Amino acid sequence: MKEENITTQDIIAEENLVYKKTRLMTDKVLSYCPGCGHGTAHRIIMEVIDEMGLEEKTIGIAPVGCSVLAYEFMNIDMQQAAHGRAPALATGIKRTWPEKVVFTYQGDGDLAAIGTAETIHACNRGENFLIVFINNGIYGMTGGQMAPTTLEGMKSSTTPYGRNTKLMGNPLKMTELVAELPGTYFVTRQAVHTPANVRKTKKAIKMAIKNQLEDKGGLNFVEIVSNCNSGWKMTPTDANQWMVDNMFPFFPLGDIKVDGKKVKKD
Amino acid sequence: MGELKLMKGNEAIGEAAIRAGVDAYFGYPITPQSEVIEYLTSEKPEERTGMVILQAESELAAINMVYGAAGSGKKVMTSSSSPGVSLKMEGISYMAGAELPCVVLNVVRGGPGLGTIQPSQADYFQAVKGGGHGDYRMVVLAPASVQEMADFVKLGFELAFKYRNPVMMLSDGVIGQMMEKVELGEQIPRWTEEEIIRKNPWATTGKKGRERNIITSLDLDPARQEQHNHKLQKKYRQMEEEEVRFEKFECDDAEYLFVAYGSSSRIAQKAVKIAREKGHKVGLLRPITLFPYPAKEIQSMLGQLKGILSLELSAGQMVEDIKLAVEGKVPVDHYGRMGGIIFSPAEIVEVFEEKFIGG
Repeated sequence: MKEENITTQDIIAEENLVYKKTRLMTDKVLSYCPGCGHGTAHRIIMEVIDEMGLEEKTIGIAPVGCSVLAYEFMNIDMQQAAHGRAPALATGIKRTWPEKVVFTYQGDGDLAAIGTAETIHACNRGENFLIVFINNGIYGMTGGQMAPTTLEGMKSSTTPYGRNTKLMGNPLKMTELVAELPGTYFVTRQAVHTPANVRKTKKAIKMAIKNQLEDKGGLNFVEIVSNCNSGWKMTPTDANQWMVDNMFPFFPLGDIKVDGKKVKKD
Repeated sequence: MGELKLMKGNEAIGEAAIRAGVDAYFGYPITPQSEVIEYLTSEKPEERTGMVILQAESELAAINMVYGAAGSGKKVMTSSSSPGVSLKMEGISYMAGAELPCVVLNVVRGGPGLGTIQPSQADYFQAVKGGGHGDYRMVVLAPASVQEMADFVKLGFELAFKYRNPVMMLSDGVIGQMMEKVELGEQIPRWTEEEIIRKNPWATTGKKGRERNIITSLDLDPARQEQHNHKLQKKYRQMEEEEVRFEKFECDDAEYLFVAYGSSSRIAQKAVKIAREKGHKVGLLRPITLFPYPAKEIQSMLGQLKGILSLELSAGQMVEDIKLAVEGKVPVDHYGRMGGIIFSPAEIVEVFEEKFIGG
């Protein structure tokens, strides 16, 4: 078909449909900034739950942070946790409902600052649920303050001259840290800024949930390095490029632990 | 008659929890209540009823494990002592906001801070007035015996699920540590999945054959948040109408009233006896629920009373609720000991004579 001959009717015709709204996302308009990775991450998780037929047995936990309202967008049973406590909630649910599928969705402040203890101990106990960790190196919801994952020299509203590691400590690689614990089974770091990365992340989430269903005996941990164009004060395109240039070298993408074994780096 | 056993108060809690069909206990050790989790783990409840016992990494984690499981419709409890209960206050506030049922036991020790491991009743304000943030209340049950430690687990869960609200058992190191005869109830089976879904249609059990369920205490819309607060307040008013519990001793002809709860009430009972032997017409009111408080009962006795003495192992906390009830119509005073020291019956009578009888 020649381009000039395409009509609106052709575009919306069933046989030409290449993408549709994820069934398990609600109709509520996302509260995230245009260009933010949260929406894509939400969609991927809901697609996997839908495709694996797990809608009726999945319980998700929303954190405190930008994704505090995740339960308004994900159309499944959800609980909203106090700041940092999502892994404790998930432990309570999974221990008393071992046949359900349980996941937490947490940002870097939630998971790697205030909730560090809950994260480490859930991982160390080998709780059989999934943690999805969105790492954008900043506190988005409260207005762009320093996060535990803020890079050295990176500016935020509480590090206006850049993060000075002598004064403010070092950025924390939580994912590498939990990979060292015997209780984690699958640990990976992904991103959602390109279609290829979206596919890889989706594959990782699918693997994590499959592991949970098969009770492989450990926690599944998927980090998604994301942008925060508003907090970083950049356009969405610039933010993605900045993420590739600055975040990825410090937080390299790829599997860290698969089937309970650390992945050997070349 | 049920099975009779000689048990510590803390052990009775553990046994009563298994027998009440509780689904899970999440806790963190702290003196003087570590026997609760020690007893539970030694009893292998996973074999007896399938009950889950987990030692959490902190009191914060424990109360949030309770939140998660309660939000999914399970009967869950935790226990701690004063410094640990302070840490649980965040979770309790969230559970009150999200309307989740649970039972929290506080075996109170002296404070503030790390204080002492000896008994105290200085957490009254925290339990009764809402130790966490926001306008919320819990039903607060004050056991005065090992028997009541056991009985109030079952009662606590009935009230927690009736109101979808946390229930606190405010005990202390005396009741937790002492051994008494206790009659244990029959084993109640744990709820099946079908029962949980039927009894708790609000719980996150998986979106099956219904719209999704959400457990949250957040609502950013001021009008809706105020409405939610009104709904909570209505619940607390209903508790005040329906759940007041108390016990009276020697009150019919009493001219003076002792008011004491928990371990203090046991000592006060003996003090009433001594005072009466000395010719003073003294009675005792023992609040069993500290929220809701038996204020109306105190008010109904004002016509016959010349004075009220609040007896607490604190600097005087419950006495404020007595004063609110009395509205200045009768002299109200307080006597307490702190730091883990317990008053004796003779000491109470001496103080009473000094304050109310004179010279």
